[in-house]
Amino acid sequence: MNPLAIVGRFFLAFLAAIGKLACFAGDAVWHCLVPPLYLRLVGRQMLAIGFYSLPVVGLTALFTGAVLALQIYIGSSRFNAESAVATIVVIGLTRELGPVLGGLMVGGRVGAAMAAELGTMRVTEQIDALITLRTDPLNYLVVPRLIAATLTMPLLVLVADIVGVFGGYMVAIHRLDFNAASYLKNTFEYLETMDVVSGLVKAAVFGFIIALMGCYHGFNSSGGAQGVGRATTNAVVSSLILILVANYIVTELFFAG
Amino acid sequence: MSETPKLQLSDVHKSFGRKVVLAGVDLTVARGESLVVIGGSGTGKSVMIKCVLGLLKPERGSIRVDGEETIGLSGGRRRDYLAKFGMLFQSAALFDSLKVWENVAFALIEGADMAREAAREVALEKLRRVGLGPEVAELDPAELSGGMRKRVGLARAIATEPEIIFFDEPTTGLDPIMGDVINRLIVECVRDLGATTLTITHDMASARTIAHKVAMLHQGRIVWHGPAAAIDQSGNPFVDQFIHGRAEGPIAMEL
Repeated sequence: MNPLAIVGRFFLAFLAAIGKLACFAGDAVWHCLVPPLYLRLVGRQMLAIGFYSLPVVGLTALFTGAVLALQIYIGSSRFNAESAVATIVVIGLTRELGPVLGGLMVGGRVGAAMAAELGTMRVTEQIDALITLRTDPLNYLVVPRLIAATLTMPLLVLVADIVGVFGGYMVAIHRLDFNAASYLKNTFEYLETMDVVSGLVKAAVFGFIIALMGCYHGFNSSGGAQGVGRATTNAVVSSLILILVANYIVTELFFAG
Repeated sequence: MSETPKLQLSDVHKSFGRKVVLAGVDLTVARGESLVVIGGSGTGKSVMIKCVLGLLKPERGSIRVDGEETIGLSGGRRRDYLAKFGMLFQSAALFDSLKVWENVAFALIEGADMAREAAREVALEKLRRVGLGPEVAELDPAELSGGMRKRVGLARAIATEPEIIFFDEPTTGLDPIMGDVINRLIVECVRDLGATTLTITHDMASARTIAHKVAMLHQGRIVWHGPAAAIDQSGNPFVDQFIHGRAEGPIAMEL
């Protein structure tokens, strides 16, 4: 077969997939603006996405903050800048590691669950049943997940920031023999509002991406159990990659500003 | 002048890629009639129902309900149109995240804005109608047997007392006794509601119990349509092969 034809076929399939995802995203956002809004389901999803992700996000942040303090101490001690440990830990966590690692952990946990649940609903005709019962599946299934993930991720990341700083503090005080008062002073003295805000904006974007990819792949799954498995894998992989891409874009936007 | 059919399909075509599933289906269901569509697996029976419900869009043809064209309906008109229908899915398609009574009352709460308590009372009555007690109402669908799931699916299908009810393989996966229980429930419920029904099945015992009329779908077309009582004397080789379950005949099985 002509190699150009193969490349062309892949490229066209890629463009078709992008177009299909863009249409789904546009449709889903539009449905966020038109009633009915199922507030009860939004609340339930916020609990599932936010509250039940707290342990995994908290533990990730705790150990990341702790490791960050150790690594930065090793680096900064080479040019006698150990006093910068607290500042770099807090800025690193709030601007970058809190939202990105939180997004990756939630993406793995929640994105997979969403794709599996909606995919199972698709292959067992539950989504068709919703339509015959005069309920728009986008309003009932997708909108609550999108809203809940977008609202909940910043709260999760705020908690992750605090826990991460605490992890760094514990290592700095008990392992590296920093003075507690001066470590806390250095933590907050050079921290700017924009450091925290940019991280929370990233978290909201990541939340939207996670829910969108979970819903998109679940909603369009086919082919029984194997299809649901494929949808789950695709949802996790695509949301993790998109989080990293979106992270760069949002960082550029804040950096330019 | 003859009465307008409740449901009328004319020259309906539907393909998936190169695979032609419906190749010009013509079918008429009169008001209050129980029509059973028989045919082998993969002949397009479910696709036909999904086209009527708007879950799939046919490429060509016309689908009329009460004389009004329904292909391409959207928004509020589509919601009003769907209010005429109840559907029992092959797998029952109960919502796993909701309790049994919430499944039955779903269209009342979400579609008709009925208060939850009032909807629960209706759901309990419909469950009683299909032989299930109030203790079942609080269970999750995962806790039900296959027969119970079908009954709950039937209760959900009749909860809003629709004008037209579709039954997709109502006895598939059930033992013969439970199959007959479901068939009789369908007959009783439909008689009480005065609804028009379209059932798709390849279970001839089910077809004989439920049907006023029978149509046979083969290779995307209706090859026979007549009274249920006449099916044994249809003179149609496709029907004869199907109802007697013979391997030899004009219907070639793809192995």
